[in-house]
Amino acid sequence: MMKCDYCDSKATVFLTQLAEGQMKKVCLCDSCAKERGVTDPTGFSLADMLLGNFQKEVGGPVVQRKEKVAGGAKVCPECGFTFEDLQKVRRFGCGNCYKVFSDEVAMMLRGMHKGASHIGKVPEGLMEFHYRQQRLDELRTKLEQAIASESYEDAADLRDEIHTLDETEVGK
Amino acid sequence: MMRFSTLIRHPAEWMAGGASEQSAVITSRIRLARNLRGHSFPGWAKKGERAEALEILRPAVEGLPAMKDAFSRELGELSSVQKQVLVERHLISREHAARGDGSGAVIERRQSFSIMLNEEDHLRMQSIRSGLKLTEAYKALSELDSMLEQKVDYAFDPTLGYLTTCPTNLGTGLRASAMLHLPALVLSDQIGPVLQAVNKIGLAVRGLYGEGTESLGNLYQISNQSTLGESEETIINRLERVISQVATHEENARAKLMEDDPDMVADKIGRAYGVLRHAHIIDSKEALNHLSLLRLGGNIGFFPAESVNLCDTLLMDIQQAHLQLHAGAKLSPEARDSIRAEIVRSRLQSLDSPDIRISKNNDTDRFPEGGNPEDA
Repeated sequence: MMKCDYCDSKATVFLTQLAEGQMKKVCLCDSCAKERGVTDPTGFSLADMLLGNFQKEVGGPVVQRKEKVAGGAKVCPECGFTFEDLQKVRRFGCGNCYKVFSDEVAMMLRGMHKGASHIGKVPEGLMEFHYRQQRLDELRTKLEQAIASESYEDAADLRDEIHTLDETEVGK
Repeated sequence: MMRFSTLIRHPAEWMAGGASEQSAVITSRIRLARNLRGHSFPGWAKKGERAEALEILRPAVEGLPAMKDAFSRELGELSSVQKQVLVERHLISREHAARGDGSGAVIERRQSFSIMLNEEDHLRMQSIRSGLKLTEAYKALSELDSMLEQKVDYAFDPTLGYLTTCPTNLGTGLRASAMLHLPALVLSDQIGPVLQAVNKIGLAVRGLYGEGTESLGNLYQISNQSTLGESEETIINRLERVISQVATHEENARAKLMEDDPDMVADKIGRAYGVLRHAHIIDSKEALNHLSLLRLGGNIGFFPAESVNLCDTLLMDIQQAHLQLHAGAKLSPEARDSIRAEIVRSRLQSLDSPDIRISKNNDTDRFPEGGNPEDA
């Protein structure tokens, strides 16, 4: 039986990652894992943190990712970036943050640039992707409404349409 | 795999660019910031996520036709001196040089393109050209960008444009800049008002070396600040227009100086030549300032036109990391100053003393090598 690195209970969470040419491994029991907020076993920084050889990234922002967020504050569901982080670094965690923090973005952009919306180059294919996503969202909302109002025939049609659209992947 | 020494042995293509009609503009540079969709930005990504992004980006970038047989490294593979040399050549940013594994640099053989991987953004792509060629540099880089876009998915929003770590780069992700050599505007005390005027129309101006308002070597950089709400073309056209105006001001100031105070100009250039040819200990500040005057001498016909390129190459080669690389050892400041002087002396060995043909009664011979502002 593998024992937890922190107590003698049975380890159920294993983190093994190759970092800087070295294999790093951490074993945790259920309760120690929860206590330390380990929910994402693919995270390198977690392994580093638990091993105690946590290295500050040279040149990167100084904030460290928080595992727990104070109740109510906005968090990006895709990357875990919080409102607090935004206030500290005035930068964002990922592309999706711009949606999550759209109000803050609007405030920050005031007076920063010549305009508020993009004019210029647009990546080919991406627009196509964007419109497809928009259409999918639309259809899904309609589908929910159709189900809610028990119009099953419409729902079936919508489902088929979503299915077809979903399968036409943008050719990359 | 291209070796570091091979990359660095030759001066960049832009350094050997030859005399351009706008002699005050040394280089034009275009930078584009791009990020991968569905990946955390490099500064926020965990190590594993950064490695993942690098695994996607590096082969895509290396596979570009322009990057055939390019110099490509993860930054952890380079020594700090090597990274510093790349900074001095404007191939990677100072911030990027502080990074290690998980970040990379892919540099085209002739050093006209360089792509930083996992800098502040996943991709920071750059192209440099000699002279005022922002449009040309943009076209070349945009082509490269379009090819990359076929292989990887960019983070893009129809309203905010290309999504970047810092909102100051949103939209086009474009930073266009030019490096200018403005000795006559400095000598005639006109530099302040000129730069203020440039600043007023929303462009950023800074000295290339030195802190604050001080600029060593009379070198200045002008770039756009706004990236959102205007097309690449609009941004670049405005910059080219303004830069070209500043360059014309410089040409006029040169002509005016030669008319008003030719002895002062000849004296300054002559002294700079004397010091550079004969000094045995020279710090970088002194060297930069004298090289600036030597370059001016080349522009107004005191020296052959090739001397301008000689100065531009020396600007790189006398910097700290280049000296260390040259010496193959860590150098004390004293040792640096003496090696710097040695390099300068040897490069200028075959440069004849200034051909100062000032004749106060003969206006026609004042700009023997096409330095006449009317030609600009």
